[in-house]
Amino acid sequence: MIQKKNHGDLRIVLEVWRQNGPGAPGAFEEHEVMANEHMSFLELLDVLNEQLVESGQEPFVFEHDCREGICGSCSMTIDGKPHGPRDRTTACQLHMREYRNGDRVRVEPWRANAFPVVKDLMTDRSAFDRIQQAGGYVSINTGSAPDAHAMPVNKENADMAFDAAACIGCGACVAACPNASAMLFTSAKLSQYTLLPQGQPERDQRALGMVEQMDAEGFGNCTNHYECEAACPKGISVTNIARMNREYTRATLRRRN
Amino acid sequence: MTIADSQSSSPRLDSKVPGGPMDQRWSNHKFDLKLVNPSNRRKFDVIVVGTGLAGGSAAATLAEMGYNVKSFCIHDSPRRAHSIAAQGGINAAKNYKGDGDSVHRLFYDTVKGGDYRSRESNVHRLAEVSVDIIDQCVAQGVPFAREYGGLLDNRSFGGAQVSRTFYARGQTGQQLLLGAYGAMNRMIHAGRIDSYTKREMVDLVVVNGVARGIIVRNLVTGEYERHAAHAVLMCTGGYGNAFFLSTNAKNSNVTAAWRAHKRGAFFANPCYTQIHPTCIPRSGDYQSKLTLMSESLRNDGRVWVPEKEGDPRAPQDIPESERDYYLERKYPSFGNLVPRDVASRNAKTVCDEGRGVGPTGEAVYLDFGDAIRRDGKETIASRYGNLFEMYERITGDNPYEVPMRIFPAVHYTMGGLWVDYNLESTIPGLFVLGEANFSDHGANRLGASALMQGLADGYFVIPATIASHLAGRKLEAVSVNDDAFKEAEAKARERADLLLACNGNRSVDSLHRELGNTVWNYCGMERTAEGLQEGILKVRELRAEFWSNVKVNGDPNHVNQDLEKAGRVADFMEFAEVMFNDALVRDESCGGHFRAEHQTEEGEARRDDENYAHVSAWEFTEEQKLPTEHREQLTFEEVKLTTRSYK
Repeated sequence: MIQKKNHGDLRIVLEVWRQNGPGAPGAFEEHEVMANEHMSFLELLDVLNEQLVESGQEPFVFEHDCREGICGSCSMTIDGKPHGPRDRTTACQLHMREYRNGDRVRVEPWRANAFPVVKDLMTDRSAFDRIQQAGGYVSINTGSAPDAHAMPVNKENADMAFDAAACIGCGACVAACPNASAMLFTSAKLSQYTLLPQGQPERDQRALGMVEQMDAEGFGNCTNHYECEAACPKGISVTNIARMNREYTRATLRRRN
Repeated sequence: MTIADSQSSSPRLDSKVPGGPMDQRWSNHKFDLKLVNPSNRRKFDVIVVGTGLAGGSAAATLAEMGYNVKSFCIHDSPRRAHSIAAQGGINAAKNYKGDGDSVHRLFYDTVKGGDYRSRESNVHRLAEVSVDIIDQCVAQGVPFAREYGGLLDNRSFGGAQVSRTFYARGQTGQQLLLGAYGAMNRMIHAGRIDSYTKREMVDLVVVNGVARGIIVRNLVTGEYERHAAHAVLMCTGGYGNAFFLSTNAKNSNVTAAWRAHKRGAFFANPCYTQIHPTCIPRSGDYQSKLTLMSESLRNDGRVWVPEKEGDPRAPQDIPESERDYYLERKYPSFGNLVPRDVASRNAKTVCDEGRGVGPTGEAVYLDFGDAIRRDGKETIASRYGNLFEMYERITGDNPYEVPMRIFPAVHYTMGGLWVDYNLESTIPGLFVLGEANFSDHGANRLGASALMQGLADGYFVIPATIASHLAGRKLEAVSVNDDAFKEAEAKARERADLLLACNGNRSVDSLHRELGNTVWNYCGMERTAEGLQEGILKVRELRAEFWSNVKVNGDPNHVNQDLEKAGRVADFMEFAEVMFNDALVRDESCGGHFRAEHQTEEGEARRDDENYAHVSAWEFTEEQKLPTEHREQLTFEEVKLTTRSYK
């Protein structure tokens, strides 16, 4: 018997994915929670987990940390949409005022081969780290930098670089894509450096390294569905993908060996 | 009088502050430090725990220099450390705006802002290296805000009288952290850093008095691992989550620092906590964290409450004449831009008077009505659009039309493990960086200074000072099969087993929430001797309740977030008592530590420089026993001690 806590008069029926590991079978489990409109979606899951713990059952595992929409930890698909129904909003910033009394809500992990399920709603997203290790940086040792004003940067480019750099690495783009492609993520990282003078010396090897790592991780290809841009909580534009394709082509043609 | 011959300084606390003129100390010290020959660096292993700004920058830089670095974080990726959430900016004494800033002014402001409870030499070094940080980050491709001419933009932040804050829209922390993470990635790719994610440090291993390794729990498999090294760097952040509700990330915790403390590292000034004035107020018992709204909002927003107690009217129905713009009234020269501690305490005062607003009565208005009338909605949107959007998302109110409601929340902790000028703790070989150390902020931190300190420690201080240990001491060979490693691992396992075996009736969160309430009520914005004594008893009772009635379910050999939380809360329960004790013995008001017994007639903090111009560092003795206090006397040679006045 689950002891229910009453935090409001919003009755929500949750169907949450339960899975014990990457190879294990998984299934949805149904639970009811009394919520109120000011709660965040993760607080709703907190309440559910507390009910489960106090009734001697195992809580659901889900990733979360800053709860301010910037760390990129939260990673759950809510009613078929990564991070849920609200545009440009991570699951932690989604609030229950989006829902009505009696709503049935389905919560599941990112679905992508390159993001295997670790447990319940938690997936392994280390592929993103490896893509960035393959070139997502400027090679400069600490202490050897020139004065920050030695190199002015065109404001328009700086702003575009910032728009790309706003990516929080959550993986919603992959989860939203029918091909589970990571091109929005990879291209955002690549674009930041492509658009800045600091990124020019390593431009070719960065494009080759990151794209090849992305492919090696088993992500799919882009077939222009644009679901990634729609799902991105930071509104990263698909024009970055076009830029990455150009960069990759350019680098391939210039490859010396 | 110098520090060394001060009567009240403990011989256990040698700050190693160099002598000579203030502005040459760091240069001279670097010259005097021993060096590790580049070809010898590969013989040294360095463990870095934490991958925020301090840990990420330290790991990358030490690897670039040639040391073997092992980096650990509790997240699935180093990029997720809580530095990522910093919004406002990073200070640097570049004087790009030509408005009279200098290293000396940044140094002076920081010592004064810290209410004269920090070490002058450390703060001066911080101000010196601030300029190098900006150069480094720009070279890495950090997209700071720029002007049309292509040069970097600066703003004035948190009441500073000069524009020295560099920023990247509302996500300066993320962009700086991604810079450090990129530098780490380069070294991981080159095989110079071994990165261990999803690992939690559960103990420090000390061999013959020297920190030589750590025990970590793999948060995916539940396995315990032993890691040995020649030095251990702890960059594990602050202890704000002792309050349960804070602006810290949910996983931020004191465990690594507390474990090190129990192995011999002194804990300094734990009562110094910063309560940030502009957070979104809580809405109910289920609340899991508080959200900070950038301090920059106070540049244009006006803070007010109704004149009358319990005024039930909506804010727009309260006429101008019946509003109390209390910060402007009490502090005409700084107005809404008074430092954080002053702004927070005044919000509490008006709420205690019954003039708080909103459903809980624990909020004040931050009103943009005048700014919108003056500058137009578009201008205000260009400055704060993303913040307004975030506020609306959380509260459902539109701040363009109704004033925001804000209330103070715990945001940063100035206290931390005691370190000397080399950032070395009282355990040789254990270095502490960033928010985890007791740091350069004294009793109150100024806005946009946390990012600066984290990166200063990691990029510029530790790469020089670590040689004092590696080249300065003879380090014997150790193995993870040594008894010290076995003993530490066994203890960590035993603690987890005890938590699982308890099988009580209460969730970890409910106990943590109760602890947080106690800490907030008795050791929050205003403290009294009586309240603190009462609070200590409550913390003890709750600790006993925790160990007899906590319920942790699930498998210890797999992902078990409840077990992780339980271990952290158990440590907060012990830590809280030291925090209370520290607040109790510091019988003065300073910065974020306000003792109600020590205030002026106007309710301002009254410092006692004669008796309390010192650092209190606590030594762990034994379980359930009071820790021993040690003192490091602070001396002020450059900055004259005055009463902070923002009137």
